[in-house]
Amino acid sequence: MAIRRGRGYAAVNYPTGMNLGGDPSQALIHATTTGTFVVSLSSVDLGQGLKTVVAQCAAEVLGLPYGNILVDTADTDTGPHCMGTFASRGTHRVGNAVIMAATEAREVMLAVAADELEVDAGDLETDGSGFVQVKGAEQKRIHITDLALAAHFKQGRTISGRGIFLKEKNDPVPETGEMDPDSCQAHACTVAVVDVDDETGVVEVVTMYNAYEIGRALNPATVAQQVEGGAWMGMSHALFEATEPYYPARSHGPADFSEYLMPTAADIPEQHSAILERPAESGPFGAKGIGEMTANAPIPAIANAIYDACGVRLTAMPFTPERVLRGLDALTGG
Amino acid sequence: MTSLDKTFFPGEQRDDFTVIGSVTQRADALGHVTGRTAFFEDLTPPGLLHLKMARSQRHHARIAGVDLSDALAVDGVVRILTHADIPNNLYTPLKLIGVEPDDEPILAEDTVRYLGDPICAVVAETEAAAYEAVARIRVTYQDLPAVFDVEEALAEGAPLVNEYQGHNYFTYEGHHCRRLRFGDVDEAFARADHVFEWRYESAPIEHAPTETTGCIVVPQPDGRLRIHSDTQACFFTLDNTALILGTPFNKLRIVGGTVGGGFGGKVDIVVEPVACVAAMLTNRPVKFVYTRYEEMQVSSPRAAERIYIKDAVMNDGRILGRKIILYVDAGAYARHSPYGTTKAAAHMPGPYAIPNVWADCHCVFTNRTPSSAMRGFGVTIADFALESQMDRIARALEMDPLRLRLLNAYRDGDMKAHRKVAEGTALIEVIQKAAAMVGHELPAEFRRMSSAEGR
Repeated sequence: MAIRRGRGYAAVNYPTGMNLGGDPSQALIHATTTGTFVVSLSSVDLGQGLKTVVAQCAAEVLGLPYGNILVDTADTDTGPHCMGTFASRGTHRVGNAVIMAATEAREVMLAVAADELEVDAGDLETDGSGFVQVKGAEQKRIHITDLALAAHFKQGRTISGRGIFLKEKNDPVPETGEMDPDSCQAHACTVAVVDVDDETGVVEVVTMYNAYEIGRALNPATVAQQVEGGAWMGMSHALFEATEPYYPARSHGPADFSEYLMPTAADIPEQHSAILERPAESGPFGAKGIGEMTANAPIPAIANAIYDACGVRLTAMPFTPERVLRGLDALTGG
Repeated sequence: MTSLDKTFFPGEQRDDFTVIGSVTQRADALGHVTGRTAFFEDLTPPGLLHLKMARSQRHHARIAGVDLSDALAVDGVVRILTHADIPNNLYTPLKLIGVEPDDEPILAEDTVRYLGDPICAVVAETEAAAYEAVARIRVTYQDLPAVFDVEEALAEGAPLVNEYQGHNYFTYEGHHCRRLRFGDVDEAFARADHVFEWRYESAPIEHAPTETTGCIVVPQPDGRLRIHSDTQACFFTLDNTALILGTPFNKLRIVGGTVGGGFGGKVDIVVEPVACVAAMLTNRPVKFVYTRYEEMQVSSPRAAERIYIKDAVMNDGRILGRKIILYVDAGAYARHSPYGTTKAAAHMPGPYAIPNVWADCHCVFTNRTPSSAMRGFGVTIADFALESQMDRIARALEMDPLRLRLLNAYRDGDMKAHRKVAEGTALIEVIQKAAAMVGHELPAEFRRMSSAEGR
């Protein structure tokens, strides 16, 4: 009886956006008189950080600090339409809509500043700290708060913008499956190292290595969160989860978390992740959607590592100790 | 540890950002970790009623009778809803993007098709009273034959799961499955040095959100309904709910945006419509939130899939042809499965340039909990099968598994099986990077490969 170590590989791609398109999202943006910009949406932040990255997109376009952006969302009375948060579409669709809205608002912001500073709008730039300034003459500048006040009380203008992103709906050709399903594809390769206990059949994931190509890492911290959290979910799918453990039999369905097991802190492997960027033409600053794909490659990587460790080829998920032991028995004729 | 490696695709980078690319703390992080985030269940409007569902205890049965008398006698029960109370009882969520037919009742009419199919909704002053009444509803069933295996469901003579669909498969523009036809796989099999055919399978998987699916509906003085929901898609829920209620869309307002775990499970429209009907009929706020049992066994899981892959492979590792038969177990109702199955077809044959591809992707109805969207919809289980297949081919040919993948990896300019030209590809580079991370040595010709260079 021994612990047997193995290494497995898997490489995958994943589409961004609702399959076949036809899934618009809108954004509206306006400056209050405080110089804060409110981004109005109806999109839902699932905890993946959508509100954070779209605020970053708005701040980048407006040339203002992140703190000058507020995101007001998920109320159908006040936010414009969004198809929803699924299909790895949030960052891509909503990010693009926000960029379009912020671009329109920036144009007005610079026009208002030009009137205040009595210069041409084309000669202006943002300094990223809250000022609009004349290129090459930085002492000639106006703060966004003064600018917003002037727009409202002196010039009688709204600093606002509208944005939408739509990939037109495509219909597959029924005979051949010819279609245009996606906006772009992200990529990943996972290497899993596992220990298989050939007495108990228990598989322990020791280390996971993940290389992802995601277009652009808009916020490296939330990228790391997606990659590591998704790897956990993939590992959980691979080793633990089924609502029908003897599928297709309907029996023995778990009813709560004491019966439906998932990895806890002690089970989480060491993870090493690398992010590559190949900006997508359609993406906000090149970003692709990676919300879903991060659970995918770990599953076959673990299956392949189990084979590498002990010669058992598991073709049915999840890879429970029972299945590992039955596989070992089949190898030894036991 | 996560690190950014900017050495790949050097000509395509941009580094003049100020906010993009910088680490910014998640807007909701502090609220979540300090317990200050308000979820929909933190709301307790005065006069709140609780809704609990009486569900089918059979896999497939005719409902011969429903006796509510004992349940209605429970102290605190305000009303018990049946299908007759739902204005448009039959629906399918993807009708918003043109998918037909309506195939799922909000509350069962004369048939139940899976264990847990909703039959009656009890509305009561307390949760305890609602549960008590649910326990006292007496349903008389006449059992019907049930089918649980996807291939058995497609066999001749199998019991019909869903008569609105008419077959145990979803019909794609006259076809019994979503098809992919590219090149000539039979010719590839005839020409191949090796033919490998294996089968893969998964079981249903739960989204397992910390916060179960639910909503609180609050009637407003102006006659509108304010719906506090943990939906992943506010307008999608609003539009579907309005169609089921038969009300103008602007009678409803969804307030959401805080979700204690979604993963695709909260794209279904399973709590709002019946809670809205209850709120309209009682003119009081109504809360309907799934129990953990309902979340695990009644709410839609990730579909179980069965996948057969047959490959035509040459001695040098090149894959000439790939034939795939996919069965997606949709359970008793379509929900989002017709969409997911098409998405699976678009994903085939994986990220490889294979000149001959044939796929039949079946969306199959069985007498189990309807499956629906989940993170990686249509792709996750396919990737398990595809990448296990690649490993087995490498083993059979005694090839390095990474070199086998690099040799077949798709690149810019390749025609995919769904006839879209690939662009922005980077499979080669993530494999090269992963190899470097684990010290897996690749010969120079494989290290020099580039996705941007056509073959």
